[in-house]
Amino acid sequence: MAKYFDSSPSKIKYDDVPYEKKEELFQQVKSDIRFDDYLYGCYECGICVAACPSARFYDFSPRRIAQALAREDVELVFQQMNEDVWDCSQCFSCLRCPRGNNPGGLITIMREVSINNGLRTAKEALEGYSRIIYKIMSTGTQVSPDMLQPEAFPDWGPEVKQVSDNLDLWRRALPPETMHTTTTSWEVDEKTIVELYLIWSMTGVMDLIRNVDKNLHMILTDVMEERLEEAGYEAN
Amino acid sequence: MATIPADGVRSTLAKKKGGFFRRPEDAPVDLREETLRLEAEGEWIVQRVAEPYVELPTKYGGKKKVPLEHTWHHKSCGQCGHIPGYSTSIFWLHRALELDYSDPKDQTSCTAWNYYASATSNAAAQAGVAMRNFAAAYESGYYPVIHCGTSFGHYKEVREEMVHHKELRDQVRAIMKRLGKPLVMPEEIVHYSEWVYAVRGLIAERRVYDVSNISVTVHPACHYYKLVDEDAIYDPEIYGGQRTAIVSGVAQALGAQVKDYSTWFDCCGFGFRHILVQRDFTRSFATLRKMEVMRDEANPDVTLTHDTGCVTTLDKSQFAAQGHDHKVSIPVMSEAQFAALAMGAHPYKVCQLHWHSTDYRPLLTKMGIDWEKAWAEFEEEIESLRRGEKEYLTWDDVDAAVPARSVALAKRGYTPSRFDGQS
Ligand code: SF4
Ligand code: SF4
Repeated sequence: MAKYFDSSPSKIKYDDVPYEKKEELFQQVKSDIRFDDYLYGCYECGICVAACPSARFYDFSPRRIAQALAREDVELVFQQMNEDVWDCSQCFSCLRCPRGNNPGGLITIMREVSINNGLRTAKEALEGYSRIIYKIMSTGTQVSPDMLQPEAFPDWGPEVKQVSDNLDLWRRALPPETMHTTTTSWEVDEKTIVELYLIWSMTGVMDLIRNVDKNLHMILTDVMEERLEEAGYEAN
Repeated sequence: MATIPADGVRSTLAKKKGGFFRRPEDAPVDLREETLRLEAEGEWIVQRVAEPYVELPTKYGGKKKVPLEHTWHHKSCGQCGHIPGYSTSIFWLHRALELDYSDPKDQTSCTAWNYYASATSNAAAQAGVAMRNFAAAYESGYYPVIHCGTSFGHYKEVREEMVHHKELRDQVRAIMKRLGKPLVMPEEIVHYSEWVYAVRGLIAERRVYDVSNISVTVHPACHYYKLVDEDAIYDPEIYGGQRTAIVSGVAQALGAQVKDYSTWFDCCGFGFRHILVQRDFTRSFATLRKMEVMRDEANPDVTLTHDTGCVTTLDKSQFAAQGHDHKVSIPVMSEAQFAALAMGAHPYKVCQLHWHSTDYRPLLTKMGIDWEKAWAEFEEEIESLRRGEKEYLTWDDVDAAVPARSVALAKRGYTPSRFDGQS
């Protein structure tokens, strides 16, 4: 199987696949219900690039994304799905586009298709990120207070250690009664969590997780099935 | 750079051929009208903004209804999780202004931080999450007000998708049916900073600290005014209507000096995935493109913003930059925290500034707030929690600081088109 290389020749960036597979991925991007609202052609004016934070720090350009999709350049779209899309900051500054395009939104769709198809680069992009997905999907809130650990955030200054050392007391020193939690950002009641699980399972999100992280899928399924059953629902 | 005077902007624009004014006829399709049309066709229920509300000017000269009370607070993961003084200050402002609110437990995250970071979801799931929260608000009889800029922007994306795609509405309606909930779209999608802007007159009236010597820079949050931009608040009186008025208007009403800087349009560098797993980008962008530019061009005492990720990124990124000899140290907080401080809220019991990273103490000193005394008071509370004398700090412990001025809204000058709180 042919490999593509970046400037460091030893670093394999992504696996090549037959053209038909690339075409299929492109068609998946194009058939997303949002695609037609996000792309109307491209003037090549570069206004999106001027506004783009990621373009300042990476070899990345929202203009190239819009152009590749507008030209239906299947090869280039495949390359971008592997090399570019994870650099985007999803800030949507590129909505300044005078053509009415939404390059950031196109990238969201391209990422989703990469995940759905279990591309290796998508799996790599999610490395180190599973615990965040687990937290949001299983508890209904993300980046809970107990995730503020000094080892995880050494660059955030000494306050992180103080927060972590005093977490229980400092959380109890918050006047809103919903915020005394340490493992979730606020208290979410049981019925609401079960409703969230039903949404994940009814919209195919669990299948999508299986495609990129089997272990995460297994752990999440265990947690969800038990609580759904207790609430009188079947997972599917 | 000094504050942009609205008159100066207007006269400059008037000289330009054709001007730069947005015309109502250039506005995109009014999604609120579409929402009401779909209600008339039996597709869903529209939760109306009930009185008392204020009508604020939007980007293309329209009006947006912002409810003043009986609001259902859609909290933010990052605010509640690691900058809890943000959420607490929003609630405290409601209490101080005696405006009724609900802090619900049947609310989930919008899950959009994860979605924009990892794409491990899809349009139907994201719409399902949004509509479940909207249904919960509707069932409570309170109107949803959204704390997070990303939740706000994302929910507006969801509204747009739901309005334009019947198949998505049908799919989400089936989900809601299984949950035993109605399909409900709010008449307006409202961000908390719009509420703060709406009550800025009342806030200013209750200010107990003079902040006229405090200079501020404002970072407008991308997901507030770039995503589905047409109903963001733009006021001809602020920046000549050329930029969202939202946080600047509050700082100006309080009497602070709002200073300008050239990279105001740049994002903060949060990046959603970057802040968690590619923080070198986040730190570099926040320092080089935002904080150092503000320092060099405006030298503010504080940076105010109105979104979770922006406070986090701009505040937390400065520590590592200092380690690399970047001499930047500008405290960062939400306008809700700044307004609460100016109204006499406790810097630790309410604004919870000890969760912030960049040194805020020089700001408090300049505002005339004795932070050493305040910290000693907070530590006393902590000790009583430690000793088991009480389990939690409660609103009763902090509401005492609220100036008691129980005046009915009507007497405070309320009408839907005017609410400056001048009683
Ligand atoms: S959304 Fe992505 S492509 Fe668009 S401006 Fe932001 S970083 Fe650039
Ligand atoms: S701003 Fe729009 S039209 Fe201009 S280059 Fe970018 S995508 Fe193309």
